[in-house]
Amino acid sequence: MLSSIRTLWYTFLHLFHHSETVQYPEQMPYLAPRYRGRIVLSRDPDGEERCVSCYLCAVACPVDCISLQKTEEDGRWYPEWFRINFSRCIFCGFCEEACPTYAIQLTPDFEMSEYERENLIYEKEDLLISGTGKYPDYSFYRVSGLAIPGKGKGEAERERPPIDTRALLP
Amino acid sequence: MNLILFGLLNIVGILLMLVIGAALLTWIERRLLGFWQDRRGPNRVGPFGSLQVVADMIKILFKQDWIPPFADPVVFVLAPAVVMVAALLAFAVVPVTPSIGIAGNLNIGILFFLAMTSLSVYSVVLAGWASNNKYSLLGGMRAAAQMVSYEVFMGLALIGVVMLTGSFSLADIVRAQQELWFVVPQFLGFIVFMIAGIAETHRLPFDLPEGENELGAGFHTEYSSMKFGMFFVGEYIGIILVSAMIVILFFGGWQGPLLPPILWFAIKTGAFVGFFILLRAALPRPRYDQLMAYGWKLMLPLSLLNIAVTGAVMLTH
Amino acid sequence: MNATFYLSAAIAVLSTVLVITRANGVHALLYLVVSLLAVALVFFTLGAPFAAALEVIVYAGAIMVLFVFVVMMMNLGDAAAVREARWMEPKIWVGPSILAILLTAQLAYMLDSNTMSQPHHAIVPARAVGIAMYGPYLLCVELASMLLLAALVGAYRLAHTEHGRL
Ligand code: SF4
Ligand code: SF4
Repeated sequence: MLSSIRTLWYTFLHLFHHSETVQYPEQMPYLAPRYRGRIVLSRDPDGEERCVSCYLCAVACPVDCISLQKTEEDGRWYPEWFRINFSRCIFCGFCEEACPTYAIQLTPDFEMSEYERENLIYEKEDLLISGTGKYPDYSFYRVSGLAIPGKGKGEAERERPPIDTRALLP
Repeated sequence: MNLILFGLLNIVGILLMLVIGAALLTWIERRLLGFWQDRRGPNRVGPFGSLQVVADMIKILFKQDWIPPFADPVVFVLAPAVVMVAALLAFAVVPVTPSIGIAGNLNIGILFFLAMTSLSVYSVVLAGWASNNKYSLLGGMRAAAQMVSYEVFMGLALIGVVMLTGSFSLADIVRAQQELWFVVPQFLGFIVFMIAGIAETHRLPFDLPEGENELGAGFHTEYSSMKFGMFFVGEYIGIILVSAMIVILFFGGWQGPLLPPILWFAIKTGAFVGFFILLRAALPRPRYDQLMAYGWKLMLPLSLLNIAVTGAVMLTH
Repeated sequence: MNATFYLSAAIAVLSTVLVITRANGVHALLYLVVSLLAVALVFFTLGAPFAAALEVIVYAGAIMVLFVFVVMMMNLGDAAAVREARWMEPKIWVGPSILAILLTAQLAYMLDSNTMSQPHHAIVPARAVGIAMYGPYLLCVELASMLLLAALVGAYRLAHTEHGRL
């Protein structure tokens, strides 16, 4: 009985507490930069697509909402199309972890409601952004040993020229 | 002629006040609950969200009015009407001020109030039965047992006040509190009456007839649209009624310094309505057998003790 | 006042007839409630507001609720309604009808012989009821209370199980 009255009193005092509610549309809540929201595909500093169509994100995705098709152009791999079904995505971030090239990134944006479910399927054009996202300096082709037009074997950063395995000289 | 006109005005005024007040309460309750839980409550529609009432009304009126095929159609429709009618009729004997009030001087005012609350049991019981659904039936049965037993304590708690006044008329009771509010000599009676009042309106923490976690929505599981709305509004009118009765019986009714009587009445009643909402925000629901044991093993002896002590004191004076 | 009296009396009679003829238990009980309310109104018009209020509180508000409660608990369903309807054969009506006619004749005789005075419209206040109950009828009240106490103890004993808990 006494504890009930005490409860009543303490609850009543809450009338004078400030409320925890965030008045959302007018007052945006703070979202950390690492917040896992809408997914984007970023570009490297040269403005080229980072995604190399390795399918790792599609494999990692627990709800299988990523699908893409590889294509090749001048030795570089691109996704021919890249599709994320956001009506299935659970924003777990596994795709970002899996990606070897920092191409796929989650952003602190969650305002993506639609009236029709089909509109939640984002194509590559919708996903690609013009910037580099969270890793401004990283460029996969600049650090990898793969030869592409304009960059031969051994010309990547911190890469020694290739060793001629048939030569006898040390 | 003038008298009739005044009477009509009284009736219509009180009716309107009640229905509008009950509708507004749905909003006030949610806002207060919000504040007590460190939230804001509905604050979007209109100034401070007050038009939420209108929005809810539109929504509830346009819902499909469905009578389940397995229900007993006549009784099913009758049940929500009973709750409204009983609660509104009980207000006929409430003297708001000496001049406002439909039949505040009725010589059996308290008994009329008790009669109407006892009839309101039917709405819940019949709703539970007519829905032909086991959860509704369980809710209805709980309601029947709970309300019939708490009615007993309610009546017994009032006896002390009646003994002090020597009259069943509510206006007389208010007038008898000129010097001293009855809450002082009848504190026990006040406590018992208030708890019984909560149980009678089956409000939280005593809302076992509609205990969501066990019974779906209890007796009104099958109700939709305005029929559900009538249960809802009826419940709020019940709250206003019990608050008004507490004010009249124990807190001197319209009496108070400076302010006009009607304002005093409104303030006091509003405070008790707020207290009811606070109860909802703060207290958990008891188990059903606890509720019944609490009633018969604590409230009944307390109210009998109250009567005995009041009688003894009155005899010695 | 007279019109109210006749109207409520008519409702009382009509709903009582319906109580008897309904096959569905809950419907019958509801008509009984209506009948009790109408009788309460009759009391009121005859100048006995206290009796009227008690009629509503005790009979309509408490006892009938328990009746409805029990019928609900049994949850008879349609089969019971059909069986009830079968009981409404003409043969069944003979006995009760004879008894009812006898009673009606008695009533008519009483009314005719003017042994009963006209109902005087003096209002009987609660105080008068109380004084009558605890004055001339004190013995009856005491006996009734003893009976109720016995019933209470009996009900407690019946509801009490071996383990001491319900
Ligand atoms: S965030 Fe998770 S669910 Fe969404 S696409 Fe990436 S891996 Fe799939
Ligand atoms: S893991 Fe990265 S690089 Fe590989 S397909 Fe997905 S987005 Fe492209």
